Amino acid sequence: MLRKAGARLMQGNEACAEGAIAAGLRFFAGYPITPSTEIAEGLALLLPKVGGRFIQMEDEIASISAIIGASLAGAKSMTATSGPGFSLKQEGIGFAAYTEVPCVIVNVQRVGPSTGVPTAPAQGDVMQARWGTHGDHPIVVLCPSSVAETFTLIIEAFNISERWRIPVIFLMDEVVAHMREKVVVPDVNGIPVVERPRPQVSPDDYLPYAAGEDLVPAMADFGTGYRYHVTGLTHDQTGFPTTKRPEVDALARRLDGKMKKAAPHVTFVDELFADDAEVVVFAYGITGRAAAKAVRDARAQGLKAGLVKAKTLWPFPDEHVRRLAQRVRAIVVPEMNMGQMVREVERAAAGMAKVVGLSRVDADPITPDEILARLREV
Amino acid sequence: MRKEIRLSGTGGQGLILAGIILAEAAIHDGHEVIQTQSYGPEARGGASRAEVIISDEAIDYPKVGVPDVVLVMSQEACDRYAAQVKAGGVVVVDETNVKSVPEVQGARVVRLPITDIARHEAGRQVTANMVALGALVGIAELATPGATERAIRERVPRGTEELNLKAFGLGMERAREAFGAA
Repeated sequence: MLRKAGARLMQGNEACAEGAIAAGLRFFAGYPITPSTEIAEGLALLLPKVGGRFIQMEDEIASISAIIGASLAGAKSMTATSGPGFSLKQEGIGFAAYTEVPCVIVNVQRVGPSTGVPTAPAQGDVMQARWGTHGDHPIVVLCPSSVAETFTLIIEAFNISERWRIPVIFLMDEVVAHMREKVVVPDVNGIPVVERPRPQVSPDDYLPYAAGEDLVPAMADFGTGYRYHVTGLTHDQTGFPTTKRPEVDALARRLDGKMKKAAPHVTFVDELFADDAEVVVFAYGITGRAAAKAVRDARAQGLKAGLVKAKTLWPFPDEHVRRLAQRVRAIVVPEMNMGQMVREVERAAAGMAKVVGLSRVDADPITPDEILARLREV
Repeated sequence: MRKEIRLSGTGGQGLILAGIILAEAAIHDGHEVIQTQSYGPEARGGASRAEVIISDEAIDYPKVGVPDVVLVMSQEACDRYAAQVKAGGVVVVDETNVKSVPEVQGARVVRLPITDIARHEAGRQVTANMVALGALVGIAELATPGATERAIRERVPRGTEELNLKAFGLGMERAREAFGAA
């Protein structure tokens, strides 16, 4: 099965594939695109060894559709792509969010829009990951900054998606995806793996979209005698379409409420020297690594700097940033885009701390020195 | 201890594999390590670059700044990277492919006919990356020879272990001679 536990050199995309298998992934459908291709390559080798299925589909829309179908049949499912493919998958992502089908969509970001620079790094898909598909919808977006974190965080992606029946976007970047670093692979038997809630009632009594207190309906595997209707149309508790105003309202509010209930359990943030910091960097993905170096260098020069590294981008860690803004002078937000998360930081900081962006959009990653210079200015 | 290494040349020379093997050898030696790479859209012929950072401490930022050790295996790579090296560092030049070396300040330049050694002494040109790896390990002490040999055995295609190890050994030996004489 998987290669054994212990320290070894692993690529980010390889960690994504192996972590997904450890989380219980058994169905992958995809259409290759750099810089995500090694995920598909790895899973083409690994999935058959664990009794899973790998399918290279004819395009990206077919890929997202296939994983939704496989998930309805009970398999933990994933697809992987980059920006151009992520744009195509939006329709399916909306369907999965509305029909509450657990699935994981990996987007290894490269420079965009459109074909952009194949295949240099960027972080330009942050807002698309949240709002790429139309209509209000629940979504969780996780973002790793190292190979080791890719392995552990992709497992969280599956656990969150299964527990809450919410599609999870796993937002990587080209640097993290392609670099290799030493990873201490944990013993797979020791990794907590979560399964979706399944019905405790007989097929006759099953209401596929009736939810209990946690607002998450139990999900029956297709082919096990629980026959129900799945539609992208607004639906009632039976799964059949409705246009009745109270039912339309109830579904929108339940999905929003479910996201709010999930939020405290799915929002992960790491801190470095943040406790007594006067100026703080808010960063994510590969930029978080440059920021860690910048903060250490700043400390060595006597500047009380700290780092908040978001592993969850959506739901945005509002509360964390709000508390931070109460005690620091300024928050620097370096991003490989023209300023996407910086607006969320500004919103959460609500004027309590100065918020300053730092954009780099020339297809190279932001360096520690660039962040350090900005820290010294604010 | 922290060492940054840049391996540069042309796609098809096996530089990324050499970088991976060096990184794995460093892990066997108990170090922290990061390997990154950059290459053009072509599988062969375009510029290719692999970078490795070996450290005793956790590595925050994965990209190499000014490296301690530079390998240049094409004229283009030499023109671009040979002069970007730390003071006290080493530049290893494959003189089979590189005809002119720009002035390098404060670092040792070791010229070695890497590709010719692979072709004529190891017996296969394709082992030039292992000759180069031997040269780097032989003079810059990036990883122990034993750990590197183990990493080579674990990575190269089955049946080619002895050929690759022979090339590695030749690189180490010839580089030490050249380094002593330089």
